[in-house]
Amino acid sequence: MATLNDYLLVSGLLFAIGLAGVVLRRNIIVVFMCLELMLSAANLSLIAFSRFNTVNGLPDYNGQMLVFFVITVAAAEVAVGLAIIVALYRARQTIHTDELTSLKG
Amino acid sequence: MPSYLFWLFATVMLSGGAAVIAFRNPVSCALAVVACFVGLAGLFIGLSAFFVGIIQILVYTGAVMVLFLFIIMLLDLKDEEKRAKALAPLAAGLSLVILFAVQLIGVLSRTANKSAPELDAATLATAAANLKEGGKIATALGEGRLPDTHLIGQTLFTGYNLPLQILGVLLLVATVGVVALSKKTAD
Repeated sequence: MATLNDYLLVSGLLFAIGLAGVVLRRNIIVVFMCLELMLSAANLSLIAFSRFNTVNGLPDYNGQMLVFFVITVAAAEVAVGLAIIVALYRARQTIHTDELTSLKG
Repeated sequence: MPSYLFWLFATVMLSGGAAVIAFRNPVSCALAVVACFVGLAGLFIGLSAFFVGIIQILVYTGAVMVLFLFIIMLLDLKDEEKRAKALAPLAAGLSLVILFAVQLIGVLSRTANKSAPELDAATLATAAANLKEGGKIATALGEGRLPDTHLIGQTLFTGYNLPLQILGVLLLVATVGVVALSKKTAD
């Protein structure tokens, strides 16, 4: 049986991979996907805590509610973010973060 | 969940995540994210969170990643592959991951470990004693099943009624915002 620390380790590694992707990649769509990975890593640790801390013999459903809300907010965020990326591409004809330097001092 | 299934799904998830960073083509990246989320959904179902596992597949891999693929193909991005790899961000990313992993292992080795409490027929039957007699949830628990979706629905509509309605407003605002953002301006 996998223990709580196993789940937390795997979740932390997924978060680290997402973080590395945000730092490494130059394509803004891929950066956005890596943000989704980080959100999902948080979801995994929430579900693991919900399962490993039972309330009256049942998993703690308050943790799963938080995951439900995170998934819904992430879906809204993806819709708005992709619309922004499309608007950006229309304005600048690029989605590479190297070429988007208008705010650089 | 048996230990080998945990490690199988964890490997699928982590290698999918690593492939997102490694692939140069955005379409391959999106498919790697799909693989990662399928492994994640397997882990959710192994943690007896059946509803969230199915939602993960339906919402993330079904809707969100298809939206990503749609946008990638709409923008027609081809020039990623001919870019030279810069060394500085590679070193920064790798050292960030290694630092994070070392710290994580350090913290986890010091904290008390915990194995999953049993969810067998006996504990479910005792849990049913706290609920209303003869209700759908209590009946299913008494038969030794975990009515995951019923329990989530009950928690959502009793304890989280106001956040649910705020979420509805948020989704409406997001829809209106997307339409406003993607409309072509007149000028």
